[in-house]
Amino acid sequence: MASDGRTEFKYEQTPIFNKMTGKQSILFENPPFIIAESSVAGKKEGEGPLGAYFDEIVEDGYFGGTSWEEAESKFLNRAAKLVIKKANLKNSDIRYLIGGDLLGQLISTSFGVTDLEIPLLGVFGACSTMGEAMIIGSTLVDGDYADKTIAITSSHFASAEKQFRFPLGYGNQRAPSASWTVTGSGAVIIAKDSPPNRKVKIRIKGATIGKIVDYGIKDNSNMGASMAPAATNTISQNLKDLNVQPGYYDKIITGDLGHVGSDILIDLLKQEGYDISSNHMDCGIEIFDKDTQDTHAGGSGCACSAITFTSYVLKKMKEKEWKRVLFSPTGSLQSKVSFNEGQSMPGIAHAVIVEAE
Amino acid sequence: MMSNKAVSAADVAMEKDQKLREYKYNQYVKDKTPTASIGVNVLNAFWVGGSICTLGQFLTNMFMKYGASEQLAASYTILSLIFLSALFTGLNVYGKITNFAGAGTVVPITGFANSVAACAIEYKKEGQVFGIGCQIFTIAGPVILYGTVSSWILGVIYYILKTIGVV
Repeated sequence: MASDGRTEFKYEQTPIFNKMTGKQSILFENPPFIIAESSVAGKKEGEGPLGAYFDEIVEDGYFGGTSWEEAESKFLNRAAKLVIKKANLKNSDIRYLIGGDLLGQLISTSFGVTDLEIPLLGVFGACSTMGEAMIIGSTLVDGDYADKTIAITSSHFASAEKQFRFPLGYGNQRAPSASWTVTGSGAVIIAKDSPPNRKVKIRIKGATIGKIVDYGIKDNSNMGASMAPAATNTISQNLKDLNVQPGYYDKIITGDLGHVGSDILIDLLKQEGYDISSNHMDCGIEIFDKDTQDTHAGGSGCACSAITFTSYVLKKMKEKEWKRVLFSPTGSLQSKVSFNEGQSMPGIAHAVIVEAE
Repeated sequence: MMSNKAVSAADVAMEKDQKLREYKYNQYVKDKTPTASIGVNVLNAFWVGGSICTLGQFLTNMFMKYGASEQLAASYTILSLIFLSALFTGLNVYGKITNFAGAGTVVPITGFANSVAACAIEYKKEGQVFGIGCQIFTIAGPVILYGTVSSWILGVIYYILKTIGVV
């Protein structure tokens, strides 16, 4: 009893489903469905090992536009329209669109979605953006704040080079640990209900929101190493929160750690007592053929995890080859300014639990 | 002091001090990260860079054969190489050669021309003033600035040495 005689408010154990799990994870009460997905890829990506899985391949790097930034917006616009079309919906059926990209002030997203007239939440998580967008999108749906949301992201090799490194025509040698920004855009529609005629339904069962992890890497041509500790942190936290072992997942899929970062991830997770060497896959490694495409450590960029997930991964899930995956896009948080001012490059990773049923 | 033995993932994971962990992680990453093969790179830089110089010498000889003085021929040669570099930058070829030849194409004047032309092309979309005008020397700027400063310092040294009669 409080001193004024009124009853103090006490949090009671409520009978409702507890969606908070462990320290950093969410388990949805009514896991939302991924009812459609789209992947629009650039020419180089189309020539890579996953070429056959993409919905569309756009040969023209400018996508009929006049600048790299405009081209990236067009990729995003195309992916958004395509995913709506594939779900047999209209723009107005989509409650909210959650999207982001790598360019300053998210210009690729904001210019790319203008004509869709769907309410927008712009998000930034560097190359982990797809994970962030999917977590927000599915949280809105499970919380009954939306019936259908789109999670979307894009990146473009040339616009990223221009913003973070050098103009495209400038000649310089890339370090063996450098990655290649993927050109393209991927989108999913997250919905409360699934169309009844689906043989296999894909659901977002839960998620783990990652924190920023900084192990002091300053070399911007080694982003895999800057992100690997963050991926380690998020994946191990997910396993702890759910109280499961790595074998719980058919695949643990990281975004763009590349060859260097993936080695480090497996190494670091072993120190936490988890061996993921047999079921780990990295989108950055899968998307390009390192030997013939001169992509060094692998692919990177928001689109790297997005278009790999919306093409290859979801196809494997629809075929029920993989029934449960942990999709964990990774981001290296830096700008040209922070880099030039000698700051380190912290990493972040989010994880989304996706199941086929 | 740190020992020189390789840092393992266990060393990194067990380190609780943040600064030490950063140090250990960077050491560990260094061991894990593949490095470029110096031998091959040096060889490619040598023969491609040498070829550019040989082309330059050929042009100089040719201009002199057609009656130019040595100084004039040198100027024509530089102009020609700059033109070729800008042309190949525009054709999206120069960057590919550099990817292969590294310093062999960065060090000669063609590399400098490439850095200017590449910026001009890239920033053209942002306008003549704020695009090309402001950004054309984004990469070449430091070379121009510090080239001018160091030539000024050398000039002062030369003046002093001349005054005291050393040169």
